[in-house]
Amino acid sequence: MVGMRALVIAAEEGGHGAVEAGTGGFWADTAGIMLVLPFVAFLLILAFGKRLKYKGGELAVGALAINLLWATVLFVLNMTGGVLDQTTFEIARIGSDLVFELGWVVDGLSIMMYFLVNFVGLLVFIYALGYMEGDVRVDWFFAAFSLFAGAMLVLVGAPNLIQMIIGWEGVGLASYFLIGFYWEDLDNVRAGNKAFMTNKVADVGLILGTILVGVAIGSFDFSELSIAAAEHAEALGAVAVAGGLLLFFGAMGKSAQFPLHIWLPDAMAGPTPVSALMHAATMVTAGIYLMARVFPLFQNLAQDTRGLMVVIGAITLFAIGLLALVADDIKKVLAYSTVSQLGYMMTAVAAGGYTAGLFHLFTHAFFKALLFLGAGAVIHAVHSNNMSDMGGLRKEMPTTYWTFVVGSLALAGIIPLAGFWSKDEILATLGHEGYTAVMWIAIAGAFVTAFYMARAVALTFHGTYKGEGHPHEAPRVMTAPLVGLAIPSIFVGILNIPGVDWPGIGNFTEWLGVRVVPMGDYHPEGIDWSLAAIGLVAAGAGLALGWLIFSRDRATQKARDRFEVPALYPLLRQKYFIDHAALGVVGATTGPIARFIDWTNTYIIDGIINLVGGVVKALGEFVYGTIDQRAVDGVFNGLSAVTDGAGSAVRRLQTGRVQQYAAGFVAGALILVVVFVLIV
Amino acid sequence: MLLNQFLVLGAALFAFGVYGLLVRRNVVLILLSVELMLNAVNINLIAFESYLVSAQAVGQVFAIFVITVAAAEVGIGLAIVLMIFRNRKSANVDDLSLMRW
Amino acid sequence: MTFSDWIAEPVNWVFAAIGLAVLFSGFRVVTSKNVVHAALYLVGALAGTAGLFLLMSAEFVAWVLVLVYIGAVIVLFLFGIMITRAPTGLDESLSSDQTAMPALLSAAVFVVMTWASIDAFGTELLATVGEATSTQVIGESLLGRFVIPFEVVSFVLLAALIGGITIARRDLTPVEEEERMSV
Repeated sequence: MVGMRALVIAAEEGGHGAVEAGTGGFWADTAGIMLVLPFVAFLLILAFGKRLKYKGGELAVGALAINLLWATVLFVLNMTGGVLDQTTFEIARIGSDLVFELGWVVDGLSIMMYFLVNFVGLLVFIYALGYMEGDVRVDWFFAAFSLFAGAMLVLVGAPNLIQMIIGWEGVGLASYFLIGFYWEDLDNVRAGNKAFMTNKVADVGLILGTILVGVAIGSFDFSELSIAAAEHAEALGAVAVAGGLLLFFGAMGKSAQFPLHIWLPDAMAGPTPVSALMHAATMVTAGIYLMARVFPLFQNLAQDTRGLMVVIGAITLFAIGLLALVADDIKKVLAYSTVSQLGYMMTAVAAGGYTAGLFHLFTHAFFKALLFLGAGAVIHAVHSNNMSDMGGLRKEMPTTYWTFVVGSLALAGIIPLAGFWSKDEILATLGHEGYTAVMWIAIAGAFVTAFYMARAVALTFHGTYKGEGHPHEAPRVMTAPLVGLAIPSIFVGILNIPGVDWPGIGNFTEWLGVRVVPMGDYHPEGIDWSLAAIGLVAAGAGLALGWLIFSRDRATQKARDRFEVPALYPLLRQKYFIDHAALGVVGATTGPIARFIDWTNTYIIDGIINLVGGVVKALGEFVYGTIDQRAVDGVFNGLSAVTDGAGSAVRRLQTGRVQQYAAGFVAGALILVVVFVLIV
Repeated sequence: MLLNQFLVLGAALFAFGVYGLLVRRNVVLILLSVELMLNAVNINLIAFESYLVSAQAVGQVFAIFVITVAAAEVGIGLAIVLMIFRNRKSANVDDLSLMRW
Repeated sequence: MTFSDWIAEPVNWVFAAIGLAVLFSGFRVVTSKNVVHAALYLVGALAGTAGLFLLMSAEFVAWVLVLVYIGAVIVLFLFGIMITRAPTGLDESLSSDQTAMPALLSAAVFVVMTWASIDAFGTELLATVGEATSTQVIGESLLGRFVIPFEVVSFVLLAALIGGITIARRDLTPVEEEERMSV
């Protein structure tokens, strides 16, 4: 509180324009309640959940409802005047100057996330009341779900890197519980382990980055870090580069950036509401959030360092998006789509588009949660995840259908739905920052996005029903959240139309800019209609193409579900006079590439490396021919010297024999003792 | 009495514990070895206490803490062993290699 | 201080006797081919340790060790052995065959620790031993300066108690669960 005002003044004196903001008064001082309530709910559900009518679901919903009240009030306060406040409690002191504090920070960025997590979370929780009814261990589900939301709020509210790590690990733990929720099936347990371990790999980056940055700056506090990064960028130099890259590596894990995205599709093993929350507001947004929190650090990095992050984001957004073209499991389509959209956000933030990336995070949360919940409703009705068991559901499930269509259009980026505005801003930012090639990749990605969403809608809701039994529309408790998410999916985009200031409240860019130091990122002055048109054409072409391929010729649809390319090409050539060459390229490259990647999905990294290397065919045949574990490992090992050396060396240590690990532990401890005795 | 006669004895017991920890296959016996190591630690704590002599008997208090935590550890450890045994019909660490590469 | 000086003190005879017994028992704990014997040798090692504590005038801790360890923990171990149906007779497979590396490692542990302590303390003597530390001192220390760790430890014990029950409890089958609910 007091400390924060001092910081604002310090920022002023440092020559940066002060951020105009109030302190939020009562609501900001008590915002910490949002960080605590879900944990209270967690404990209460564990204790009494079994005896309650909804097995503790009402407690989880109640906690988030109260949270949402706080979040909404803060959101409105921030709209009208800006809120900048920080409350911390000292927990421990390391040496004389490093302080470990817990508390909560209230500024434009965290308010946006508070609102998002609580709003989406509340709707998903309500939905889960219907979805999980009669399932096993419902009380444990809601307990872990509350823990999930609570850990995310701790992460979001973190005033310093240490608390962020606490929330970060909490999210990882809760996701482990939830992904492996149906642990009777060993595959689900494996998926949970995979998610946990992949995240752990990245966490090393986060922790090392925290130590490096914290010790160099003398504080773990984000506000001090921002000021130091903004004002003493020169002095930080190498520390900023190394720390930035390490933190970025941490963000790659949670935000599923290539090649650490592998856990996310498997994470579909959990119940659908978990996927919805995980992909929309919690967990995967954590990495982007971390990047945004320490944005001043990245902003001052050299162009080529940031270029690396941009390229990783670009690979993620395009190559992983292609995978969604061939997945049959509807949740996997959406999962790949999430990875791809996270690629957009990461690319944007790394390129310097603080607002652009976060605005996409904001809009994406609404329609991706909507799509997952819609998919959940379908799965609930059909009792299968596979789109080859669906089809023709639009009559039986009208609400689900229309909301799903809204979500798909929003995701595809069709004007004037939410996704259009945020994607357009990302494109504009990339163009402005000089990443022209990446901008075109992003436009191609928009085409792919539209294509797979059209496919998903067509296969799920059109054509003839191919599953067992008679599906019915989901109960009201599940459709209401769908509608509740569809409305913002349509409208939130207009909060940030470039160059538009809404009377009295301004726009999203301003709200998000309420930070200790001004972010100084690029905002488009007005809409670049030519770029918007290109994006729209790409999305429209994707939608149209996907629609044409997958909604026609119902008798043979089942065969075409898997995107049979030989059938695709003649079909298009005979029936539609669209540019043969272009479609030929699309048909002849996209299909095989995507199928190839899907086929080698287990060895996904090789597939994509091959793709990126541009030697798809030659390498593809080689991999096809000798695709046993050893060959795959060989290609993988060639990937990079570091990964190769470290990876294969470390892997051989993983014998699974505890006692060898213990022996290593003893030997290591012994060496440390010798070192200490010799030195001290 | 020398301080070192106790410290060396403690070191020897600790080394035995390490050996047992690494060599034994039965999980219960591994836990026994851990107890041996904790016991060696206690010997050190008490020896240092009577070497340094603090007004509040800090070393002895810590030895009591170690004993308490060791008791908790045995309780949990044996419960886990029981669980593993029930699921896998074996209390042999060589059979527990689910987490390997 | 020479060896003859050392051995001239009667208290060191006691130490030597107890120490050898402890070492032997400790050695047998990790090498015995019989599970039950190993547990019983641990009793011997612990009892010897308690004797050493008495030598160092730590009476209270010595009796705590006897009561808690020998009285409770070892019994728990014996239960564990019985329940996991470890063969109680001779069993060659109790230890793994590869003993060279662990032996080397533990020898290294011993050498390093001995070297470090001799390097640091040489022939330092224990402070005059005689008066046993009164239990009052320990009690005041536990509930005074160390009251928070004390409470934490008691909480850990509680958690271990609950955890032990939860982990070891068999999950009820759905049928049994229903029966339980209906009662």
